[in-house]
Amino acid sequence: MSGRRPGPYDDRGSLASAPDALPTAAEHQVLKSLLGAWALAACAPAEADAVEEHLGMCGSCADEALRLREAVGLLQRPESLDLNPALRTRVLETCLERRPPRIPVPDWAAAYDTETARLDALLQDFGDNEWHAPVRLRWYEGEEASSRRTTVAGVIAHLMSVDGLVAVALGLEDPLGDVRPERPTPSDRTEAYWRAARFPPTRAVRGPWREQSHRLIRTVSFTGSDTGRMTVPYGDFALPLHDAMLDRAFECWVHAEDIAEAVDYPYDPPAGRHLHEMVDLAARLLPVVLENRRHHGLAAPVERRLVAAGEPGRSLRLEIEGSGGGEWLIPLDSPAAKGSAEHEVAHVALDGAEFCRLAAGHVPPREAAAGQEGDREAIRDVLFAAASLSRM
Amino acid sequence: MQKKDVPPRWDRKMQQRLARGEAAALGELYDRFASLVHGLAHRVLGDEHAADTVTRDVFAHAWQHPDTYDPRQGPLRSWLAALTNRLAVERLRTTETAALARGGPGTTEDLERKVRHATVAARADYIVQSMPAPLRAALELAYFQRRDYRQTAADLGVTDEEARRRLRLGLQLLATAHDAGTPGAPPGMGGAA
Repeated sequence: MSGRRPGPYDDRGSLASAPDALPTAAEHQVLKSLLGAWALAACAPAEADAVEEHLGMCGSCADEALRLREAVGLLQRPESLDLNPALRTRVLETCLERRPPRIPVPDWAAAYDTETARLDALLQDFGDNEWHAPVRLRWYEGEEASSRRTTVAGVIAHLMSVDGLVAVALGLEDPLGDVRPERPTPSDRTEAYWRAARFPPTRAVRGPWREQSHRLIRTVSFTGSDTGRMTVPYGDFALPLHDAMLDRAFECWVHAEDIAEAVDYPYDPPAGRHLHEMVDLAARLLPVVLENRRHHGLAAPVERRLVAAGEPGRSLRLEIEGSGGGEWLIPLDSPAAKGSAEHEVAHVALDGAEFCRLAAGHVPPREAAAGQEGDREAIRDVLFAAASLSRM
Repeated sequence: MQKKDVPPRWDRKMQQRLARGEAAALGELYDRFASLVHGLAHRVLGDEHAADTVTRDVFAHAWQHPDTYDPRQGPLRSWLAALTNRLAVERLRTTETAALARGGPGTTEDLERKVRHATVAARADYIVQSMPAPLRAALELAYFQRRDYRQTAADLGVTDEEARRRLRLGLQLLATAHDAGTPGAPPGMGGAA
C-alpha cells in the first residue's frame, strides 16, 4: 500500500474525473478492508492517506466510513463491574414477595445460597494473576496450628471437593469422579483431587464448582422436607443435612476471606441472620468437641459432676456481640447435659465474626479478643475447642 | 452469538423452572445475568441507586411473567437486555420529565436527546458484550490499548488481513446500535449477530 501513487483528486467530493484514475476493483477491496482500522486510527499514515483519498471517489466506502467512525464513539469501558453483593438478597426477596415460590429454597440452605453467590461475584473479574495468587489455608489440629499452601484456584477446588460430600449424600455426581481418596474426609478428598489433576487448578475450576453449588441448592429445594433425618458423612463424623449445608456456607465464607486477603480485596462478613446460624452451629457442636478433647486428654478432666442426660450442668455463657449475635449456654461436662444459667461458671464475650474466625482456625485461641470472666480453665477449654472445630 | 455458552436449551429450561415457581431458578437467573442487567441500566441512568431499582424490576418481571419470554424469538439474554433497556429508559424519562416539570434546566428536546443518547449507549454496550469474542478482542486492542492493526494481528496471532476484517466487522455490528426505531420501543437487542 505504501507504494501507492498519489491520487489525482484533491477535491474529495468530486467524482467528475478521468475514468482511468478510478481505482481498480482490487484496490477498492483492499481499501474497503481497511475501513475498520482507519476508523479506529489503527493503520499506517500512508494507508490512512490512501483510504481518505479513496473516500473522495467512492460513495459506498464514504458512507461506511462515516458509519464506522460514529460507531467508534460508542466504544466505552464496561460499566460498574462491582455489583453490590447485598443487592442479590434484596432483589430476590422482592421477587419472592411479589410472587411466592411454589418450590422455595429451604431456610437452612439460604446461607449457602448467599455465600456461594458472594464468592462467585468476587471471582467474577479475576484474571490469571488472581487465580494463581498464593493462599495459605490455616486450621488447628489438636493444639497445633496447621497450614497448607495452595492458590486461589486451589481453594475453589478444595471447596468443590468438600461440597461433593453433600452432593454424594444427595445422590448427585461426585466431583472427584473416579478419583478415590484414602478416606472420605474433607482433607483427603481435597488432597486426592489436587494430586489427580495433571496441572495445578486454573480458573477452569470455577464453572464446575458453581454448577455443583447451584445443583445442591436446587436439589435440596425439591427434597427439602424429606431430608430432615438425612446425614452427611464427613469421614470422622457426620452432620445432619441442614447443618452440613450451614457448615458448607461457613467454609465458603471463611475461604472467600482467605481469597480476598490473598488478592487484597475487601470482603464483608455474612449477613447477621446467617452469621447467627453459623455461630449457633458452632455452639451446638462445642459440647461434643469438648467431650472428645477430654477423651484425648486435651481438655481438663475437671472433677465431673455426673449429670443425667437432659439435666442442667455446669455451663459457660457465650455472648456474641454485634450483628448476628446472641447468647448461648454451653454445657461443659457432657454433651447430654443442658446448658443452664443457674450453673454458669464462666462468661466469654466476643464479636460474631471474631468467633467465627476462631472456629475457622484463623485466630489462635490465646489471642482471641474475648472478654472473659469466671473459671479460667473452662474458658480455655471452650476457646481451644472452638479452634479445633476448624479443618482444612 | 453466545450460542456456545448459553445453549437455547438452557433458556427453555430456565423459563420452565421460573414458570414452575422454583426459587432456586430465580437465583441462578440472577447469578448469570445480574451484572449484564445492572451494567446496562447504569449506562442509561448513570446512577447506582436507580440502576439497582431497575435491576430489581427486571428480575421481578422475569419472575412474575416468565411466559412473556418466547425462546423461539431469541436468547433469554437478549430478552432481558431489551427489557432492561425499556425499563431503564422509562425510568429516565419519568425522572427527567418530573425534573423539567419542577422547573429544572433544559427543554423537552434536550430530554429526548438525552433519552436517545442513553438508549444507543446501552444498546452499544450490549452489542459489544454479545459480539463474538475474537471481534471484541480485536476492538479492545485497537481502541483501548491503542495498538495498530498490524500489532493487533500479531497480538492475536492472526494475519493482517484477518485483523482488518475483525475490526471492520466489529464496528459494523456496533454501528447497528444507531439503527433501532423510536427510543424506548423494543430495541431488538439481539440484532447484533
